[in-house]
Amino acid sequence: MSTLDIRGLEVSVITEKGPIEILRGVDLTIRSGQTHAVMGPNGSGKSTLAYSIAGHPKYRVTGGSITLDGANVLEMTVDQRAKAGLFLAMQYPVEVPGVSVSNFLRTAATALRGEAPKLRTWVGEVKAAMSALNMDPSFSERNVNEGFSGGEKKRHEIMQLELLKPKIAILDETDSGLDVDALRIVSEGVNRAKAANDLGILLITHYTRILRYIKPDFVHVFANGRVVEEGGPELADKLEAEGYAEYVGS
Amino acid sequence: MSVLTTNYLTPTGREEAWRFTPLNRLAGLHDGSVAIVDRKSLALKGATPAGVRFSRLSRELVSIESTSQDVVVQRVHAESTDVVLLEIAANTQVPEPIFLNRTSGGLIGAELSRVRIALGAHARATIIVENSGEAILGEDVEILLAPGSHLKFVTLQEWSAGSVHAARHHAIIDKDASFVSITVTVGGSLVRLLPTVEFSAPGASAELLGVYFATAGQHFEHRIDIEHGVPRARSRVNYKGALAGDQAHTVWIGDVFIRAAAEGTDTYELNRNLLLSDGARADSVPNLEIETGEIVGAGHASTTGRFDDEQLFYLMSRGIPLDEARRLVVRGFFAEIISQIQSEEIEERLMTRIDDELSKAGQ
Repeated sequence: MSTLDIRGLEVSVITEKGPIEILRGVDLTIRSGQTHAVMGPNGSGKSTLAYSIAGHPKYRVTGGSITLDGANVLEMTVDQRAKAGLFLAMQYPVEVPGVSVSNFLRTAATALRGEAPKLRTWVGEVKAAMSALNMDPSFSERNVNEGFSGGEKKRHEIMQLELLKPKIAILDETDSGLDVDALRIVSEGVNRAKAANDLGILLITHYTRILRYIKPDFVHVFANGRVVEEGGPELADKLEAEGYAEYVGS
Repeated sequence: MSVLTTNYLTPTGREEAWRFTPLNRLAGLHDGSVAIVDRKSLALKGATPAGVRFSRLSRELVSIESTSQDVVVQRVHAESTDVVLLEIAANTQVPEPIFLNRTSGGLIGAELSRVRIALGAHARATIIVENSGEAILGEDVEILLAPGSHLKFVTLQEWSAGSVHAARHHAIIDKDASFVSITVTVGGSLVRLLPTVEFSAPGASAELLGVYFATAGQHFEHRIDIEHGVPRARSRVNYKGALAGDQAHTVWIGDVFIRAAAEGTDTYELNRNLLLSDGARADSVPNLEIETGEIVGAGHASTTGRFDDEQLFYLMSRGIPLDEARRLVVRGFFAEIISQIQSEEIEERLMTRIDDELSKAGQ
């Protein structure tokens, strides 16, 4: 049982013109086995929240706290956060030229598990994860995210989620750029990971579409850098019908 | 042995061709002050394949097919006593790479070495030159490609710390022949290579690839010169370099000339440098001169940057520690070119050396 606890989180983004305040006191608690949807209009700070939890150097935490089972996440380096059990499925996964998917995955698994996975079982694990996501075996020989379509990038993210087995996963607009079939396949992967590892999920999305496949236990509406309304799945239905107009504007 | 020091224009360091080179570290190769030692370090490794001839001839017996403004090349032409010849007969397809290696010659006295590689019409081969150990070497390699032939020419500069190597690798490429060179420079005190190309007939092509990794105090210089003097020839250049450590210095010059007669030329050159620490300096000077507008394409690009934070973040967000993430990114940066040597053994050896250099650089 794990708990990611975010209290009063204030974050600025570092720009050439100086820091700009984005998050203005965010409170969220995500426990193992729970799915929390964070929904909000563009520019409300959803992705900033995701990157801040993962420790992206562009964002500076100016107030509040993030703890994972009581351990101070904000004091951890990016790789230490992953080792502690956090995972960020990125909206825009980064290309790493010259580094093959198979080499990347094995290096990550080695780092997270503290020893190199046994080659024979590892190859089987990767094959199974790829086939579950309808990915061609040749995929593992390609360079990380290089020349991947939008759908391939997202499948690759969810494949990592299944292989690396984090405690808490942040899915940043995993649904963006996916057609209906890909959305279903990716969502099934998320649901498998949740069932297999009692994963806690922070699902960041603009649209309610993905919530038909990944059922949230809690919905949080995000606007102007903070949570402005919270509820159960029925809140998503309200957003579907009425949009975000009520929460934006002045 | 003759010593003709008076006939040369000794560079002062102000010349365009020498302005980046620390002359005082050339061990006297440029001004004739070094003692020339009669050393024949280049050897063919393994058995001689069918259709291949490896020999050594007195210099009077082998004509020089090109000229050079470079004083070290001029000294090699004038003062080397013999010429190493590697000839591949017409229509010969050599299935496995031919390895030439230079054994360690030591740092006392310099070797001047003239080499001729000639492929007959429609011959195909891969030649891999392995340079390692300690040496002071002035070298000129002339490569003659007859019509329709294909050569992949790999040179590995894995020299020990004190070595000095100044060389020209000059290819003369005939009709429909293709030349691929892969230059790898990862060791030595000062390495200054001139990969140069001239096309003698239409349909010829050249692809010049290279990687270099300079650490503290090393000077690695690659000066490409491609002469498009005939119609419809194609050239591609892609050099990638990394630098780490104080006073690490690399120079990349990409001179491409498209003469008035060279209609239908297609050329592109690229140089990318990765600066891995403060105190290192990468000079990158692409230079394209075009005398005809009737060409397919001509372009160049040069970038020098540091580690991409987004790449490091992505890798680290999967639990990979910073030093390991940097290692992956650097290996990946070089893999594009090193993988084209198509030898797993060499690839692994070079990558291990690059890992070592990276960790030695202290980060």
